[in-house]
Amino acid sequence: MISRRKVLLGAAAATGTLIVGYALWPSGRLREADRLAGKSGERFLAYWIKISDDDTVTVIIPHCDMGTGIFTALLQMAAEELGADWSKTRAETAPPDPLFANGALVEGFALSHEGMSRDSVPAFLQGSVLAAGNRLARFMDIQVTGGSSAVSNTGVYGVRVAAAAAREMLVAAAADSLKAPLNAFHTESSRVIHKPSGRSFRFGELAAAASRYSPSSHPTLKSRSEYTLVGKTVPRIDIPAKVNGATQYGIDIQMPGMQYAAIKISPIFGGKLISVNEASIAGNPGIKKVIKLDDAVIVVADRFWRAQRAADRLETVFSDAGNAAVSSNSIRERHLGALNQGSVKHEFSVGKGAKALQNQAAVECVYQVPYLAHAAMEPVNATALYKADDTLEIWAGSQDGLGARAFCAKAAGIHLDKVAFHLLPSGGAFGRRLPGLWNFLTYAVKAAMALPGTPVKLIFTREQDLRHDYYRPNVTSRFKAALNPDGGPAVWINEYTTDNDSNAAAHIVYDVPNQAYGAVKVVTPVPVGPWRSVESSWHGFFIESFIDELAHQANRDPLEYRRAMLTRKPRHLAVLDLAAEKAGWGAPPAPGRGRGIAMVECFGTIVAHVAEVEVSDDGGLKVHRITCAVDCGMAVNPDGFEAQIEGAIVFGLSAALYGEITLAHGAVEQQNFPDYPVVRLADCPAIEVHIKESDAPLGGGGEPGTPPVAPAVTNAIFAATGIRIRELPISKHALKRGA
Amino acid sequence: MQLNVNGRSREIDVEPDVPLLWVIRDELNLTGTKFGCGVGACGACTVHVNGKPMRSCVLPVSAALDAQITTIEGIGAEGLSAVQAAWILHQVPQCGYCQSGVIMAVSALLAANPAPTQDELGSVITNICRCGTYTRMRSAVSALAGGGGVRK
Repeated sequence: MISRRKVLLGAAAATGTLIVGYALWPSGRLREADRLAGKSGERFLAYWIKISDDDTVTVIIPHCDMGTGIFTALLQMAAEELGADWSKTRAETAPPDPLFANGALVEGFALSHEGMSRDSVPAFLQGSVLAAGNRLARFMDIQVTGGSSAVSNTGVYGVRVAAAAAREMLVAAAADSLKAPLNAFHTESSRVIHKPSGRSFRFGELAAAASRYSPSSHPTLKSRSEYTLVGKTVPRIDIPAKVNGATQYGIDIQMPGMQYAAIKISPIFGGKLISVNEASIAGNPGIKKVIKLDDAVIVVADRFWRAQRAADRLETVFSDAGNAAVSSNSIRERHLGALNQGSVKHEFSVGKGAKALQNQAAVECVYQVPYLAHAAMEPVNATALYKADDTLEIWAGSQDGLGARAFCAKAAGIHLDKVAFHLLPSGGAFGRRLPGLWNFLTYAVKAAMALPGTPVKLIFTREQDLRHDYYRPNVTSRFKAALNPDGGPAVWINEYTTDNDSNAAAHIVYDVPNQAYGAVKVVTPVPVGPWRSVESSWHGFFIESFIDELAHQANRDPLEYRRAMLTRKPRHLAVLDLAAEKAGWGAPPAPGRGRGIAMVECFGTIVAHVAEVEVSDDGGLKVHRITCAVDCGMAVNPDGFEAQIEGAIVFGLSAALYGEITLAHGAVEQQNFPDYPVVRLADCPAIEVHIKESDAPLGGGGEPGTPPVAPAVTNAIFAATGIRIRELPISKHALKRGA
Repeated sequence: MQLNVNGRSREIDVEPDVPLLWVIRDELNLTGTKFGCGVGACGACTVHVNGKPMRSCVLPVSAALDAQITTIEGIGAEGLSAVQAAWILHQVPQCGYCQSGVIMAVSALLAANPAPTQDELGSVITNICRCGTYTRMRSAVSALAGGGGVRK
């Protein structure tokens, strides 16, 4: 039997370009897939593609639905390669079984990064790698949704290849039936058509015969010029069930005999449970069990409201784990101390690096971003049922169904085969449900194991969700630059703090002859994790702020200043120019208003925003408009792609304007939306998204819209007021002119 | 106790101070109404109580016993409502979790004020959508208010 892993890695390593991202399944595996995920009258033709007797094409999506429209986009890619009638296609969530592991995700990454190792694993996948003991082989057994990779990796290297292979099998079956050559056939509207005779077969008629051929590992793929469905807007397939309350999220699971659990986790990070006074909730109705864990206490009751109220009232004592003195200020001082300790080691340089600075006068600026919570609308939750026969069943939203299943098996101490995981849609995620951020799964499994035979639904209240997240890190960055006589930077030095490793996103696309980068690790007790756009969310702000400062220092227009450093980057230049043109950059804004521009490339997509803001005489800020230009190669579903950029802009704007998780006495100070404000309809600017197509490979859609928002807005504030904001959020600063 | 939800009278046995949200979700199994914050701040739990939009996570069930309550499952019971149809046409939802509450709030607003200005819309619809679908909500409402049926 051919090993799937060998095929994937072998192809990537040996040729570097051969596309075999989808698993090459021998027929035994296809029949196993039929058993796991096939229904009556359906059969798998290739990995992820099944076709039923009635012509329905079903694409198995190895991702979760967290609202980004990827089920629709991936279905479009499959229908395009198959030549399927769009109305006869549907998408299904892949079972969290190793058989449906998403090798294409890793393949896409491996093809773009030679010599993949622990250090080069992208941040959004690091939780998987760590959980798997750093072994690349195990790294293949994932179904992660993150890193803006569903279309650019799963779609490009997986789904469309599988669909093309399935099409070739259908054609082969038709050709054999008519004893005609393969090249006399094409597919269209879910039929295989014999051009010379005009005879045709329905997909459903051929599916059984086609399943007896072997899928090719490198089928012929359509070129972009042949596309009739990819690149056209189609309505998202998930939306109708989201306007009438029909979509069942993890939190909506109901089953007979189910009990509800509320949790109280040590407010201080690292704290342990010392004591619980159960008498403090004596007489509360419906309480089934109080479960004492190492760092938390769980109250299980017959109704969630009863469990929640009892958990609130329950008297508990937690230790402070020596972290009682940790605060936002203490962390900030540690950051500044680490950056000022003399020599930050520069691990990457260009040209002469920092040596080029010599004794020149340098422009020096320090920037900082705070911790941020994900605060998805659906608070994290999971329902679990542990039975006396040592089996475990879990219902939850997760950004990796297969990984979550393995994680729950480990948490319960039982074999993977005894664990069933039901992956349900997530009410937002933004990174919160990625591997490594699964405290809600751990606690749900523990609650269920304390009540064998009883399904237990554990829901974090908004307060617990906000105070026990894995936060976007608090990061401080110090820049130094020396300018040429024309004002352009001759030397660019960036030294920044990090919770883990150095960040690829720190590197600039601008043409600066001498560059040096150094990361200094500062470990704190605060749990951190990927947050929409990950490293780019902070480095985008830092870099695009500093560039703007240098432009003003040099008395040059911020757009022109950037353009001068992009002469060898035509795609970036085109995006920047399009955003500027659509925003009317050349014409002065109305009195009291200012415009700011920023551009960030991440996840294979280049985004530039122009923000137009107004600051009133009393310091009130209004963001009127964000004009965006974006090059993602090609948008599979343009309207769905635009929706992702619009959403990413609002997400970035919430963070820029108000977003801040602060610590005092070792604990998060914020409780709920009233003290963790986010953008609402009244604050939302007009947003325009302009897609600039290019021949570049497909880039990601979910995250790249976020990073340039904060610097575009703060650069606009500077243009309007002369006030430079180097520390987010903006709400911390008085914007009054002359203040 | 009796509760009238979506035109049906339902017998419930709960403490009078239980928030209406949990009665709707866990006693009546109408899970389209969502829990988002528990403090009336985000609007995911919005239902109609005698036609008025109310945040059910902070409304004790005892305050709604004599009222006509409508949930997201009730407004489109006889086919999609105009607001729901506009939400599909304008492709508003992303994750969709907040949209039941938003649709309930917008439906109540339009019933009272069929052509709200953008300022009125912003001051009344204070629901939180973390996916950031606000510009599409605006387009959909604008179309419903007679501003044309095409986005942008």
